[in-house]
Amino acid sequence: MPCPHIPFALRYACLIGKLVFLQASHYYFRSVLILNTAATAVGCWCRPSTNSSGAPAGPLTPAPALHPSMKDELFLPQILMLSQMDEEIDTRKINNSFLRDHNYATEADIISTVEFNSTGELLATGDKGGRVVVFQREQESKNQPHRRGEYNVYSTFQSHEPEFDYLKSLEIEEKINKIRWLPQQNAAYFLLSTNDKTVKLWKISERDKRPEGYNLKDEDGRIRDPTTITALRVPVLRPMDLMVEATPRRVFSNGHTYHINSISINSDYETYMSTDDLRINLWNLEITNRSFNIVDIKPTNMEELTEVITAAEFHPHQCNTFVYSSSKGSIRLCDMRAAALCDSHSKFFEEPEDPSNRSFFSEIISSISDVKFSHSGRYLMTRDYLTIKVWDLNMENKPLETYQVHDYLRSKLCSLYENDCIFDKFECVWNGSDSVIMTGSYNNFFRMFDRNTKRDVTLEASRENSKPRAVLKPRKVCVGGKRRKDEISVDSLDFSKKILHTAWHPNENIIAVAATNNLYIFQDKVN
Amino acid sequence: MHLVVVVAVMCFPCSSCVFVTFRLLPLWLAGHRDRSRPAMFSKGTKRKFSDGEDEMPDDGLAGAKVASSAYSLQRQSLLDMSLIKLQLCHMLVEPNLCRSVLIANTVRQIQEEMTHDGSWQVVSDSLGVEGSPSERLVATEVLCRSPSPSSTLSEQELERDTEPRLYSLVSYDDSSCREEEVVAEVIEDDNEALCSEAASNVCLSGTMSHCWEPGELRVQQNNDDICEDSRLGSGDEDVDVEEEDEDEEEEQEMSQKESKTMGQVFGTFEIKNGSSGSESALEELFSDVDASYYDLDTMLTGMQSTPKIGPYDLLDNLGPSHGPTSIGSTANCRSDLNELDHIMEIIVGS
Repeated sequence: MPCPHIPFALRYACLIGKLVFLQASHYYFRSVLILNTAATAVGCWCRPSTNSSGAPAGPLTPAPALHPSMKDELFLPQILMLSQMDEEIDTRKINNSFLRDHNYATEADIISTVEFNSTGELLATGDKGGRVVVFQREQESKNQPHRRGEYNVYSTFQSHEPEFDYLKSLEIEEKINKIRWLPQQNAAYFLLSTNDKTVKLWKISERDKRPEGYNLKDEDGRIRDPTTITALRVPVLRPMDLMVEATPRRVFSNGHTYHINSISINSDYETYMSTDDLRINLWNLEITNRSFNIVDIKPTNMEELTEVITAAEFHPHQCNTFVYSSSKGSIRLCDMRAAALCDSHSKFFEEPEDPSNRSFFSEIISSISDVKFSHSGRYLMTRDYLTIKVWDLNMENKPLETYQVHDYLRSKLCSLYENDCIFDKFECVWNGSDSVIMTGSYNNFFRMFDRNTKRDVTLEASRENSKPRAVLKPRKVCVGGKRRKDEISVDSLDFSKKILHTAWHPNENIIAVAATNNLYIFQDKVN
Repeated sequence: MHLVVVVAVMCFPCSSCVFVTFRLLPLWLAGHRDRSRPAMFSKGTKRKFSDGEDEMPDDGLAGAKVASSAYSLQRQSLLDMSLIKLQLCHMLVEPNLCRSVLIANTVRQIQEEMTHDGSWQVVSDSLGVEGSPSERLVATEVLCRSPSPSSTLSEQELERDTEPRLYSLVSYDDSSCREEEVVAEVIEDDNEALCSEAASNVCLSGTMSHCWEPGELRVQQNNDDICEDSRLGSGDEDVDVEEEDEDEEEEQEMSQKESKTMGQVFGTFEIKNGSSGSESALEELFSDVDASYYDLDTMLTGMQSTPKIGPYDLLDNLGPSHGPTSIGSTANCRSDLNELDHIMEIIVGS
């Protein structure tokens, strides 16, 4: 049976550094490299011995770039692990020798956000342990064109630490809720990261030279005794090993009473907004002690609270326009020119409820978990529990397109409510040309929808399928009574494996998929 | 009036006998209402209520809504689940607001549907709640705080739109009261134990879904004190029905006062237990309880014909005031039946 495929992307490569190709009718895993984010420190990099393929074993240097000895191993299965020295490596299965049982991964290792920067050269992930890992794309080289697109760890830093709110007597989690890159304006990169309460501006910069030959201090930085200085010299910059530094430049705190669910940088590049459950604040990137509350839906009596803000985003081009979505399934577009306080909206996007699908869960499943402007700024995409909707900014009464992500769950809503899965917040992304949209599902499945051809595909991000040369087939979930051989039944879906966070390269067909504590990167075949 | 019998009937819907209960309901229910709210429910109300009962099936909307018992059961379990989730939410200092709001809205929605069915209205009426049901629906706090109606849904659904709450009230009160008395007679020294048992009953029902607020939790803690009060027989004098009814209202409004009400309830137990008439009352109580007690027909006819007197009045007094804090559910109902069995064994044995 020919596999359905997305025409736009005839081939994908899967990498964190490596590629998986999908061809017209099927997908080849040429090799895969999975990052195990069960990492606590960058210090120790090790690589399991891939004895079946004869790859040299041994620890890699701490340098973020791949070890030179790996250059010729492109098609060998590998895994990069940031791990403790004594960690055991599972080499039970030959073909999966690079695979390990990752079930021991702690809560802190779960990836909580994934974001490409505006050029796609960098990819940042945040996790529940408050860490940010930045990956950099390998530059294209003439002799190794196939390595184009590899992403290697560039920088790792602890963005947020657990804190204690003494006034409320409660712990503030360090979990990174969102990361947003600032457009690059000089050699350094800047990103905003946020946990529940505090937004931080980080600068990530490289240093590959260091000054030497100071007159007043010696090489170790100690002040020299002036009496010993007999001659003056000119300090010089000497090359050194590349060092990537991450430094916190701004800390925007005390702006939120509730949990921050999104941050969005304005197209003026001077301001950004942070959104919690009930309020949206506008900040200047330079000013940390002042923010402006632009939306406040908190009722005077909290007992009357029936609706919360679930996400918000600035328009990609119009710096005065932003949207926010609510738990009741509506989207409000606000114009900051109209009033400083945007409590009243300019546009209100909502689809009337389908009476035939009405149930007690109607409101819960219509709650919007993510809202994204298209790159063009003309469309809005919203993700609710079962569907993705694309809205035209000029049509408020119904969405332009509605895609079913996992409609087979409709009959399972009660148990999903019972195990709280129904409150999972799936995110959604556009591709670079706004023609394809992607979102996650359960069982490590993720879905893509081609808006032009209306075709869709379900793919699985799993180590089990990441065997070299293995065919990565589109997955199908069986909805009817009889299950075909290659289908998976609804009942056997693993609801603990959920893909909530995905990212799409701004101009190329490279996607990053966060599956609990693993990050998968798939790429269009290059050659 | 027929409270004892009702207890038994109460337990039937739990298993299968929906129809029986259905037919029984108006009679005893009306009687109960009459007692519990003498000022508000006249004979006319009673009649109207039972008429409404008969008419209900003809009401297309409501009838369709509650047509399937499977649907009702699902709704009930959903409600229970939601309330438990809400309770867990409330235990957190800073719960996931989105999640708790969605859950609370779900509960509201169920309430609203029940209101639509007419059941919720009845319930709120019986609780003496001021204002329209929709007003009540708005407040999350109220919603979280008065889950008793909701937890009695299981009965209600089986009875369709009738008054589940009163059902469970009666059944619950009855069994516990009976237990109190019977056991008090049989094992007089064990007053303390049975007090705590009764209290634990209340606790159980309370914890089922009734303790979202700190105030509510306090109530449960207070139970011990209440027990003590009743054990010591601490000077509680006759509490008349009206007063207790007022307390009932207050209970719904202010959970803080609940402990006081409970104290009165238990105090009343004590008085009744200690009263000279209780022994004879007990005899009379069980004089008509025989092997045919559980026989449905006997029960039915007994129910519909002669209103009982004597000991039952005492139960009647207890019922309404005790009610709001006691939450009947299917499980409770069953346990009531078990208790009844137990009591029967004791009596038969003696």
